[in-house]
Amino acid sequence: MSSPISRRHFLKTSFFAAGTAIAGTSTAKAASTFDADKEPLVTLIDISRCIGCEECVYACQDANAHKFADPKKPFPKMYPDRVPVEDWSDRRNVTDRLTPYNWLYIQYASATTKEGEKITLTIPRRCMHCQNPPCVKLCPWGAAKQEKNGLSRIDSQICLGGSKCKKACPWDIPQRQTGTGLYLDLLPAFAGNGVMYKCDRCYQKIEKGEQPACIEACPEDVQTIGKRSDIIKKAKDLAKEMDGYIYGLDENGGTNTIYVSPVPFDQLVYDTGEGKPHMHPVEDTMAAGSNLAIAMVIAPIAGAAAAVGKYYRQMKEEA
Amino acid sequence: MVYHFKSRRMVYGLTLFFIALSGFAQMPIFKRYYIADIPGLGWLAQFYVTHVIHYAVAALLMGFCAYVAFDYFFGRRNSGTKKFQITKDTRITASARVKIAALCGLILTGCFMVVKNLSGIYFPHGVVIGLDLLHLVLAMVLLGATAYTWVRGRSWIF
Ligand code: SF4
Ligand code: SF4
Ligand code: SF4
Repeated sequence: MSSPISRRHFLKTSFFAAGTAIAGTSTAKAASTFDADKEPLVTLIDISRCIGCEECVYACQDANAHKFADPKKPFPKMYPDRVPVEDWSDRRNVTDRLTPYNWLYIQYASATTKEGEKITLTIPRRCMHCQNPPCVKLCPWGAAKQEKNGLSRIDSQICLGGSKCKKACPWDIPQRQTGTGLYLDLLPAFAGNGVMYKCDRCYQKIEKGEQPACIEACPEDVQTIGKRSDIIKKAKDLAKEMDGYIYGLDENGGTNTIYVSPVPFDQLVYDTGEGKPHMHPVEDTMAAGSNLAIAMVIAPIAGAAAAVGKYYRQMKEEA
Repeated sequence: MVYHFKSRRMVYGLTLFFIALSGFAQMPIFKRYYIADIPGLGWLAQFYVTHVIHYAVAALLMGFCAYVAFDYFFGRRNSGTKKFQITKDTRITASARVKIAALCGLILTGCFMVVKNLSGIYFPHGVVIGLDLLHLVLAMVLLGATAYTWVRGRSWIF
């Protein structure tokens, strides 16, 4: 982290501490809010408030630095040759995209308002924390997990870095760092390729009843966290108030991150690509599987019924 | 050796082939090892396709297993006339018992995994890992036993 940011962060933290002392412990308040709730936690991101200062980005890096990989080089050779080495360990300062060392970045989007004014919006982007997260549900080892409070995270002790979660994620969120994790102790040449990293919604802070670092650090109160029903109501009210638009309510069957924008999401112009997620509509990726679950209930009943039918025919024949 | 049930064996063989293939495709290995590059096998690297195929074939397999199990159960009530392929004298071979145990385990762990994959269902992390590993081990046992019975020409019943 560069020193100006550290200074800014220090000032911000001191300010926050002072504010906390004056206003009573906001942390304690957060704790009581989070502990009592049985509903998943959802964050509301009001894009119109974000000034793109990146305080959240650096707060995220600070709060989660202890989780980042420290891979030893050279990495073991992997076979076949097509297996990509993905190494971000020498580029930890990159903040203009998602990386294994940067779980939140600010996406710049240009748009034209209803009044015809050209504006630039800055959008904090990170894992959406899907309600039914394919990254978690389709992980073949159970390395990714979802908690009752709705957050999903990847266990860096178990992940083998096969990147299936990234391919399954509609936004390609998880990012791989080669040369770290369990695969090194198994067959590093032939299976696995590191560990996948993404926003884990500061689970260690949530556990203590604190707010995620990016929310705490934001000078503009861009994000609000709370139980699902409350936040959805808030998001709808806010969208109504600003005559705005919502993203995340239905995407991928619903996510625990709701964006509200003053401009329609399909009119935002922004860079996408590796580590830079889109904001397109997303169908529920897990729906087909969930529907087939019904077939799995019906099939054995049909099979048994067919056998019973056959038996009765035989009985008749024998009689 | 009883070589009845030609069509049944064919259905089971095909089901087993596709469920095993789509099951192993849940691990990101087919792309790495060029198998998905073989023309016609590209779908093996598409996780949602293999997920749906695995589920659909699992439904078929469960329907088939239920049919065969009930057929066996009722068939054992039949008298020993030649007319019926399964009668009160029919017995299950030892190797088939291993396969049946593995199949039951696979169906049970598979059902839990399907439930786990529904929206709003949270299993403890250890349980999820346990289910994943057990499902994989049971699949290896079933395929191992199947290979053995195939090579040695063992049947399910005698
Ligand atoms: S956005 Fe992607 S990484 Fe995040 S929970 Fe959804 S599927 Fe997983
Ligand atoms: S919730 Fe925590 S891990 Fe996620 S982006 Fe915010 S600070 Fe980073
Ligand atoms: S979300 Fe807040 S902290 Fe992050 S860039 Fe926007 S205004 Fe700054």
